[in-house]
Amino acid sequence: MAAVDDLQFQEFDDAENLLAVNRDATTISIGDSHENSKKQRKSFRNVPKDEDDDLLGNEESDKTELLAGQRKSAPFWTFEYYQTLFDVDTYQVLDRIKGSVLPIPGKNFVRLYIRSNPDLYGPFWICATLVFAIAISGNISNFILHVGGPTYHYVPEFRKVTIAATAIYCYAWLVPLALWGFLMWRNSKVMNIVCYSFLEIVCVYGYSLFIYIPTAVLWIIPLEWLRWVSVVCAMCLSGSVLVLTFWPAVRDDQRRIAIATVSAIVILHALLAIGCKTYFFDLPEAGNQIQSPLPSTSNVTIKTASQKT
Amino acid sequence: MAEVDESTKPLFAGLSDVSISEDIPVEGEISVPVDSPTQDDEYSTLDEPVKETILRDLKAVGKKFVHVLYPKKSTALLRDWDLWGPLLLCVTLALMLQRSSTDSKEDGGPQFAEVFVLIWFGSVVITLNSKLLGGTISFFQSLCVLGYCILPLTVAMIICRLVLLGSEGIVSFIIRFIVVIVSFGWSTFASTAFLADSQPPNRKALVVYPIFLFYFVISWMILTFAPSSSSSTKTVGH
Repeated sequence: MAAVDDLQFQEFDDAENLLAVNRDATTISIGDSHENSKKQRKSFRNVPKDEDDDLLGNEESDKTELLAGQRKSAPFWTFEYYQTLFDVDTYQVLDRIKGSVLPIPGKNFVRLYIRSNPDLYGPFWICATLVFAIAISGNISNFILHVGGPTYHYVPEFRKVTIAATAIYCYAWLVPLALWGFLMWRNSKVMNIVCYSFLEIVCVYGYSLFIYIPTAVLWIIPLEWLRWVSVVCAMCLSGSVLVLTFWPAVRDDQRRIAIATVSAIVILHALLAIGCKTYFFDLPEAGNQIQSPLPSTSNVTIKTASQKT
Repeated sequence: MAEVDESTKPLFAGLSDVSISEDIPVEGEISVPVDSPTQDDEYSTLDEPVKETILRDLKAVGKKFVHVLYPKKSTALLRDWDLWGPLLLCVTLALMLQRSSTDSKEDGGPQFAEVFVLIWFGSVVITLNSKLLGGTISFFQSLCVLGYCILPLTVAMIICRLVLLGSEGIVSFIIRFIVVIVSFGWSTFASTAFLADSQPPNRKALVVYPIFLFYFVISWMILTFAPSSSSSTKTVGH
């Protein structure tokens, strides 16, 4: 009986309090933070590869998968499920936009910025802004080119908005669907380290389209060399973000398939940019051609009229 | 000794010693007044003349117009929401923005249905966006606010059409540009004044940006409205 009374529950202090008492005690923290695990792994390995550190190996991806499972626990037919897809703050959206424009070699956009919290706010509203930016910039640019021409009557060209919307939303949703299906299929054949979810791929593609918004505004200036320089710069920046994101996913596959996949991503990205530029923005030479033949035809008509009289 | 006495006495024993003096009148009615429904002062709105019904709704719509034109942080728009005002404004704007049928061969301005769908679909998408981001406003309240805040843009459209009746040169363009910019700023400011309080504080910019884009697109359609002028038939055709 007395032994039971002697057994008393002992509360253990926090780690900080214990460390304050005895600073040299060895500590083992179970819930590793991102930076701690990186440092430990770097000290163990002789040749640390940056991409592997960022891909965080298998255990971190398992943890993030678990966290993703805990976050999205609502079934997909409830409103709360879609609310988890919009669970971002203003600074997070701005960070992701900044990350899509500045590719840092060795950093993976998905792991660094998205971190198993893909959102649909960015892709949807960046695509909507891009649609209206292209349509409005094309309209302004054509107006500046053709104004003053005698046969020109300004039209707002509203139908181009629907065409632009169809093209951009198809690119932003169907290409990620195809890419995700392709990666799933290859994943069943070859064991990959990294496997992105469909929403993460949509997120990357949506944010990578952001660079085209200032490019479209820059295209208002009717200088052909400026347009080409800006489109090449934009393609390089966002294309490299896409390549850096998807290269680790196909790296372990056969060489030919890996290179084919990455080049398909880049080519589709380029096609979208060049297609939009060609369809919505007239070439600057067309404006000059409308004006130049007119004096010669008017001279001809004056001559024939004078000859007849 | 005294402690024992106090513990054995019953509670509130001392109160029986208090005597009510005869001067204080203690009287009054204890019954609770109950509203008995009289037959005369409450009749259903089915029996009133039609003019009263319409005028009551019109007055409610007009009161909300005044709230939009002088936006203060009031809850009148949110409390008694209705969709008559937005419908009226949307139909007026779409009627004025649609291109005439003679322009159908060229790629001209929007049709009536396109403007109508753009305004309503855009409002629904913005409302869904704010609800998904965690806003506490209800669906129809948000539709009501967004629809009523189109009023400055509709006024700008009327002014633009009147200016276009006069001249079509660069001066009229500058006047229209200034009018449209002012009304665009007014609409955006009014709608954010009503909607901003219901959003979580670290996501306000995420909710305000789509509203900005929505009114920007409508302003663009108003600014680029080009009437099918008869002067185009005078120029040399292809």
